Amino acid sequence: MKIVVCIKQVPASNDAKIDPETKRIIREGQKAIMNPFDTYALEEGVRMKEKYGGEVIALTMGPPKAEAVLREAISAGADRGILLSDRVFGGSDTWATSYALARAIEKIGDVDLVICGKQAIDGDTAQVGPGIASHLDWMQATYVMAVDSIEDNNITVKRMHEDGYDVCELRLPAVLTVVKDINTPRVPTLKGRLAAQKSEIPVLKPEDIGADPDKLGLNGSPTRVVKTQPPEPRQTDTLRIEGSPRECAQALVRELKFRGLV
Amino acid sequence: MIAKTYIEKAEYRNIWVIGELLSGEIQPVTYELIGAARGLADARQCEVWTVLIGAGAGAGAGSLFAYGTDTVVVVDDSRLDGFQDEIEAKVLVRLIKKYKPEVVLCGATTRGRALIPRVAVMANCGLTADCTGLSIDPENGDLLQTRPAFGGNILATIRCPNHRPQMATVRPRVMKALEPDISRVGRIIREGILDTDADKMKRIIEIFHSREGALNLSDAQVIIAGGRGMKGPEGFRLLKDFAFRVGGAVGASRAAVDSGWIPYAHQVGQTGQTVQAKLYIACGISGQIQHLVGMQSCETIVAIDKDPDTPMMQMADIAIVGDIFEIIPEIMNELAKS
Ligand SMILES: Cc1cc2nc3c(=O)[nH]c(=O)nc-3n(C[C@H](O)[C@H](O)[C@H](O)COP(=O)(O)OP(=O)(O)OC[C@H]3O[C@@H](n4cnc5c(N)ncnc54)[C@H](O)[C@@H]3O)c2cc1C
Ligand SMILES: Nc1ncnc2c1ncn2[C@@H]1O[C@H](COP(=O)(O)O)[C@@H](O)[C@H]1O
Repeated sequence: MKIVVCIKQVPASNDAKIDPETKRIIREGQKAIMNPFDTYALEEGVRMKEKYGGEVIALTMGPPKAEAVLREAISAGADRGILLSDRVFGGSDTWATSYALARAIEKIGDVDLVICGKQAIDGDTAQVGPGIASHLDWMQATYVMAVDSIEDNNITVKRMHEDGYDVCELRLPAVLTVVKDINTPRVPTLKGRLAAQKSEIPVLKPEDIGADPDKLGLNGSPTRVVKTQPPEPRQTDTLRIEGSPRECAQALVRELKFRGLV
Repeated sequence: MIAKTYIEKAEYRNIWVIGELLSGEIQPVTYELIGAARGLADARQCEVWTVLIGAGAGAGAGSLFAYGTDTVVVVDDSRLDGFQDEIEAKVLVRLIKKYKPEVVLCGATTRGRALIPRVAVMANCGLTADCTGLSIDPENGDLLQTRPAFGGNILATIRCPNHRPQMATVRPRVMKALEPDISRVGRIIREGILDTDADKMKRIIEIFHSREGALNLSDAQVIIAGGRGMKGPEGFRLLKDFAFRVGGAVGASRAAVDSGWIPYAHQVGQTGQTVQAKLYIACGISGQIQHLVGMQSCETIVAIDKDPDTPMMQMADIAIVGDIFEIIPEIMNELAKS
């Protein structure tokens, strides 16, 4: 099995700083971590490799410092990492990001399975996984909460839905996006850390993956952020209730009855 | 589908809603999206179309006119039993190419979020996730799509100036369905699937529906929600009793869910559910922005907290300062009296 795990580096905190010019997120000078959902994607890939043999490749697109999440991935069991980094990739929306990642996956070649996190905690879109599947015209399963088996080029997975789940079988190659329930990621070992330090991480540019520059970055992104603003606070005159627990309860129930709520 | 000129853009017309079906049954988010689409269509002076794809999709089609749709496109085929994202995506792309809608809206549900990005890539158009506001720019007729990002800390307004259709997902419970008007009529168009659409098909082995938890919460009129202040699973047992007493559902903050006190299905907020109850009682929830974005459109919000200065206590309609474990039993006593 040749498995690619897509990992995004995201800001550790949610104090978003926005470039007034491009309206895009400023990533410089922010502490960055591996997108939490991607840690489950990585762990699932490593477990599959341990069970079925093969190789796990961690793939990310981002600024040069995104290399750090690839080393982290190697210390947690990935065999190698690939970084897509170039000015031309900058400002990509989910269409362009999934295009770039799909081209890289094609370039890697003979990939059986791509695993993504359910969503990234900065953009929160959950669009890149299915986007990659679409660019590659592969099958997909999203919100995967368990992988039951892989046999004869078929993978059987359990997909989470709001109202329950379903179990389905799809043909490889395929793209999965995974939710937290799927596993508990391991802690990196010392051996893994050493491997991560030593690992050579190639940096690929658009021409290295055969990507059309017109489909990358801001140029290749159909969406435009036109404005960002803080959310408006809810307008209320708060009724404050204080006193003994019994007084509070009486006042509340009286008020709720008055408003016809109980 | 790049439309660089005004003329090319003008070829795209009508606001589409991709209906959500569960075992052939139309889900509430469909009606909510039709409500939102109606407003956009009126601003653009065009029609609302609803697309229903699935095995048994034809059954409910006629009921949608009352909610504001003018045309329903039905793709009813037994091969679409269960959720076949690959096939549905191909069918949708074909319909989009044929009928050229200017806007396509879809529920930001697990199914919608799997299907629609696949479609957007194939149709070569932009897609904005989890919109909380949609409007038409009076200057150029483009769709202005507002969505929370960074865990709700900022609201971004997004536009797709050169691509059609403009696509967006909207979470359940964010838009409001119109009151049904049974005098409204419309037409139904039937479309089929091609054998080549079905060359990538999943084998669905098992389907399990649970009506508990998640659905329960999003439909609830009264929600009793707890946070870290509930201290443990015991605290949530108290909230369950309270909720049972008032015929409500139990919600939770992420802190409570991450502590394992209550399952994820109960989580309200950015990474949980959006709720729109008539009454939301927040017990020991400080009200971080990620939580607030999921519940701030509830009609009446009550907060109970020891700390009078939390964001939740500031934004609540009724704020009670005190210890939850003393106050809730008193509230239940008081309710029992009446
Ligand atoms: C990307 C991202 C996504 C997130 N998504 C969500 C989400 O979907 N939903 C969500 O809820 N959070 C989400 N969060 C987490 C959020 O930022 C907060 O950490 C979380 O909501 C805090 O939960 P809380 O209010 O229960 O806990 P706390 O902030 O610890 O608040 C507990 C409150 O209980 C009060 N209290 C304690 N004991 C008592 C007592 N005996 N009587 C009365 N009051 C008491 C305290 O005064 C305090 O106000 C997200 C965070 C990130 C970074
Ligand atoms: N720049 C990126 N590099 C690598 N993987 C990414 C990138 N952006 C998104 N992904 C993957 O796609 C998933 C969904 O991201 P998103 O659609 O942004 O919510 C993430 O969990 C990652 O697995």
